[in-house]
Amino acid sequence: MAPRFESVQSVRDGLRKVNYLADDGIAGVAFLADRLGKPILVEGPAGTGKTQLAKSIADMTGARLIRLQCYEGLDESKALYEWNYKKQLLRIQADRKSDSWSEIHDDIFGPDFLLTRPLLEAITADDPVVLLIDEVDRVEVETEALLLEILSEYQVSIPELGTITAKQIPLVFLTSNNTRELSEALKRRCLFLHVDYPDMHREKEIVLAKVEGVSQNLADQIARIVRSIRQLDLKKAPSVSETLDWARTLVLLGIEHIEAEQAKETLHILLKYQTDIAKAAKELSVDK
Amino acid sequence: MLDLMSGFISELRNAGLPVSLTENLDAMEAIKHIPLEDRDAFKYALGATLVKNNAHWRSFETVFEVYFSLRGPEYAIADDADAGDFWREMQEQLQSQDGDSRGAAGGAMDQMTPEEMMAMLMKALMAGDQALMRALARQAVQRFAGMEPGRPVGGTYYLYRTLRNLDLDSMPEKLMEASRDEVGGQLTPLEERLERDEHEHRIEQFKQEIEAEIRRRLVADRGAEAMAKTLRKPLPEDVEFMHASRDEMQGLKKALQPLTRKLAARLARKRKHERRGPLDFRSTVRHSLSYGGVPADPRFKYPRPAKPELMVVADISGSVAAFARFTLMLVYAIQGQFSKVRSYVFIDGIDEVTDFFKGTEDISEAIHKVNTEADVIWVDGHSDYGHAFEVFWEKYGRDVGPKTTVLLLGDARNNYHASQSWVIKEIRQKARHVYWLNPEPRSYWNTGDSIVGEYATHTDGVYECRNMRQLEAFVEKLA
Repeated sequence: MAPRFESVQSVRDGLRKVNYLADDGIAGVAFLADRLGKPILVEGPAGTGKTQLAKSIADMTGARLIRLQCYEGLDESKALYEWNYKKQLLRIQADRKSDSWSEIHDDIFGPDFLLTRPLLEAITADDPVVLLIDEVDRVEVETEALLLEILSEYQVSIPELGTITAKQIPLVFLTSNNTRELSEALKRRCLFLHVDYPDMHREKEIVLAKVEGVSQNLADQIARIVRSIRQLDLKKAPSVSETLDWARTLVLLGIEHIEAEQAKETLHILLKYQTDIAKAAKELSVDK
Repeated sequence: MLDLMSGFISELRNAGLPVSLTENLDAMEAIKHIPLEDRDAFKYALGATLVKNNAHWRSFETVFEVYFSLRGPEYAIADDADAGDFWREMQEQLQSQDGDSRGAAGGAMDQMTPEEMMAMLMKALMAGDQALMRALARQAVQRFAGMEPGRPVGGTYYLYRTLRNLDLDSMPEKLMEASRDEVGGQLTPLEERLERDEHEHRIEQFKQEIEAEIRRRLVADRGAEAMAKTLRKPLPEDVEFMHASRDEMQGLKKALQPLTRKLAARLARKRKHERRGPLDFRSTVRHSLSYGGVPADPRFKYPRPAKPELMVVADISGSVAAFARFTLMLVYAIQGQFSKVRSYVFIDGIDEVTDFFKGTEDISEAIHKVNTEADVIWVDGHSDYGHAFEVFWEKYGRDVGPKTTVLLLGDARNNYHASQSWVIKEIRQKARHVYWLNPEPRSYWNTGDSIVGEYATHTDGVYECRNMRQLEAFVEKLA
């Protein structure tokens, strides 16, 4: 299969076109994932654009995004496939007389009676797809094993039907908020990408790209204030999405130049804990 | 290349990173697709295939620097260049590098006076000019570090020498003044604060450049393997509490937060899944409707096992303070997993500090208060476990109940005072469990004035807790 990307730089440029500003690491790993045909495990604090990365890659390559949201209690009938019992039942009742047992048996366990769930759908798709397995750390360790076959071989084994192999290798993204250690087996099959808070320059560019009507000056100030706040010892540091919300608020309020007073009043958009807000307000205004 | 890679990977393993064979193969495969001249891409390719845990990234970076620092386009030095050649080449490179990045001014860097150099540095820091900063870092190392090939001195020594000569401590003040001049007059406090952060960030960058430069030269002198060995640092979870440097302490603190989150999630899950509760009649009937009223799928209530009550008694005298602090932080970070947590600290007197943690969400603040405000000195401020335990029994002994788990933290170095181990015996009879956590290596126990063995006979177990990994394992067992 032809590679999707020419070079690391082309990944970067492509992502930039769909308004996602990647750094070297992100673009490099996405490029490698395509070349090696391996899934990417994206890890990092909440709100740093992990899910957005998958969406943007799909957008950029013109692929369909198939998303599997993980949660505790997810099982194979929700993730892989399920037999359509009702339809099978109808089929049996429809012609009781004619068919012999083996015919019906072969018939009701055919592809027509299979309900595809996200993972199987991604494998069987004819058009290019990007598979996003979101918050994979929420499923139990045992359920993780479900993913292993699909991640390394790009195939699904269904006892009644045999093995379904992928027609094309989809780009796979797994995201994790790191609430638990993922199993070695899963990690080994993936490329690992840690997405951290962006540095100041990238954050400024993100603000400029994503928020309409923000001036260079304001974006610069926003990025700098956010960086200062992140250096404090907080319960929850502001994420990129919160930075963007804050920038939008400031633009709406018609603020061109942030004063300490205004910063303090709008801090609750950036920070979600009362203790954090108090701490940041103190740091920003007293400044000694 | 193959030799280099296998050396690199075995060094990663030596540093404690779990690199499997398939990951090794993946890395080999990955670098085929990456243009080798692109050092960053190369690094990320290796990182993505070999490092699967963000906490290990720093160790990876160090090893990477050591093995591949001489292989970027700018630092292309033949592997077998002997030391003399190396210095000359370095010199030439400096000239040519500065030549194209800085023009004539940089080319003459060798002849600059120290004052001129400081002025250049100021300028570079003000403008945030990376190329100039790198060139200056090289120049500074060359000039001040006094490095000689073959000298058996560590990199820290050279770093210290360079930094002392550069006088970076006064730099933030000077930079502030320069910024003030730039806008012509006063900055608002907010702006001032932002400027300061910016400057600190840049100075930190500059320091890193210097460090990298020193490392580069040392590697060229001694070879990658020898260098990697001296730079090998334990992973955050393996850092010993008792010997952690300030930097490592910072790293530990950072590692603590995600760890507690993970631990709490795991404990909550364990509690929920370990066994089934009694039959939930209501839910069973509700679900039986989809089977035509046949209760085919019995439902069970979530089990709600009693959460243990915890009493932490910690020695906070100098030698083990860091350990006590960490354990307290960890315990309070997951206090939701216990029905009640009470904590006491002692040196030779004992004081209850539970209240410091109440009503505050900021654990480090509370710990700070514990260290400064708790009344723990009775006579001379040297550990006296015996007296502390005696007072504990007198004052708080009646609060120990059959649900209580008592945690004793310390190295049991009692300065040859009376042990009063009967207290522990009494406590054990009333409490559910008594555990002792000792931050010293097991081989030091019961040597000198350590009497942990004497206490141990009355506890349910003494655990060695030298690092995060051991502490985590213990806490998981506890809850």
